[in-house]
Amino acid sequence: MFDYNFHWRPVMKSLPDLIDAAFLTLQVAVLAMIIGIIIGLCLALIRLHLKGPLYWFASSWVEVARNTPALFQLFFFGFGLGAFGLHLSPYLIVLAGLSFNCAGYLAENFRGGFQAIPDTQMRASRTLGMTAWQAYTRVVIPQVFRIVYHPVTNQMVWAVLMSSLGMLVGFRELSGETQFFASRTFRIFEYFAVTAVIYYVIVKLILGAARLLAARLFRY
Amino acid sequence: MIEIRDLHKYFGALHVLKGIDLDVQKGEVLSIIGASGSGKSTLLYCINGLEPIQQGKVAVDETNVHAKSTDINKLRQKLGMVFQQWNSFPHLTALENVALAPRIVKGKPRAEARDIAVKQLTHVGLGDKLDVYPSALSGGQQQRLAIARALAMEPEYMLFDEATSALDPELVGEVLDTMRLLAEEGMTMICVTHEMGFARDVSDRVAFFHQGVMEEIGPPEQIFGQAKSEHTRKFLANVR
Ligand SMILES: Nc1ncnc2c1ncn2[C@@H]1O[C@H](COP(=O)(O)OP(=O)(O)OP(=O)(O)O)[C@@H](O)[C@H]1O
Ligand SMILES: [Mg+2]
Repeated sequence: MFDYNFHWRPVMKSLPDLIDAAFLTLQVAVLAMIIGIIIGLCLALIRLHLKGPLYWFASSWVEVARNTPALFQLFFFGFGLGAFGLHLSPYLIVLAGLSFNCAGYLAENFRGGFQAIPDTQMRASRTLGMTAWQAYTRVVIPQVFRIVYHPVTNQMVWAVLMSSLGMLVGFRELSGETQFFASRTFRIFEYFAVTAVIYYVIVKLILGAARLLAARLFRY
Repeated sequence: MIEIRDLHKYFGALHVLKGIDLDVQKGEVLSIIGASGSGKSTLLYCINGLEPIQQGKVAVDETNVHAKSTDINKLRQKLGMVFQQWNSFPHLTALENVALAPRIVKGKPRAEARDIAVKQLTHVGLGDKLDVYPSALSGGQQQRLAIARALAMEPEYMLFDEATSALDPELVGEVLDTMRLLAEEGMTMICVTHEMGFARDVSDRVAFFHQGVMEEIGPPEQIFGQAKSEHTRKFLANVR
């Protein structure tokens, strides 16, 4: 009754292509995280310190990013903008969608991080003659950094995994590439099994690197 | 010299300081006592520009603290401050806590900032804790760390806002001893305090605050011996 024959040879033959695609996945995830961190930081600071239109803009961003399916967010940058005549390449669709999503999640992490630092840290810094900028960059942000370190690591993992949605907008990152080969050879199970292992390895490497870095960075 | 003239401070509609006039001379130790909510902390915040004022004037060595043209960050280097809630920077070692401001505010080279930090930590009795993080220090030690951190900027005035109030009783002594030491060395100090023994023994003058007014000021013998104001006598009767 179970008469499926496994054929691993095609997968092994396209392994170099899969590895290349894995680097593309990593690249788009890292870029999305960098953009997400910068925008997320801005969104968090806006939500903490401003009122009015900017506050509402930032809050809506966070709300939409966190409360709608990531796939729809990707589709928005693909088909949504496409409907208005703005056609992004698959790479840009995924990068924009992931960045949008990461920024929303990170903004909330950063906001919580800033709120966890008592005002007295700022006051004490200012009484020493530091400018607000110096107090922020030398005293507040390093402490926030530690608080958000693990959430940011998790978000990085999430970005890698989420980038697999790219295959649904025609982006040949790791999943898209796998899908491409799988449908040509019909070795669907084999391809996706190997790809799952590659994802697993990437995630473990990220977590391991993060742990090593944390041990070096945080001695208090 | 610190000169305060007709200082009024409001928080919204709340009139917190109602026309304070006060001069503090170089080398003087002034203690400020008074009930909770009488405006003592607020006065200190007005002196170093952490709070804006609505009327009157505060001048430190003839520089108007609240003037737009005043470089407040520069002026604050003259005014060290220690708060009730100790607030060491938890991500830095004791040494780095003290060396940070000399380095980034005054632009001292790393090695020189380090030397200053070692000197001031030794000064407050923490010479053996240079590389320890604040989480490993007791409250009293953290408060002495805060004092060393302020002293590292070589201030000409020190403002203490109930520096010992949040400490366990057995840790109060070591911080008061450090403050005494500074007083003996001639530091100009304004100490908001609930420690009447300290106010009596160390200060040149004691000021009593009552509901936003400086009700009485004079040498400790006067305030603790023959206070003129009814409120002062009542307050002292209650704390003793
Ligand atoms: N940031 C603020 N906003 C609004 N009201 C404030 C603020 N800070 C202080 N107050 C009010 O101003 C008054 C004086 O406060 P202040 O902290 O100066 O009193 P204090 O004499 O230092 O009292 P304590 O002994 O409790 O420290 C109080 O009624 C307080 O509630
Ligand atoms: Mg107070």
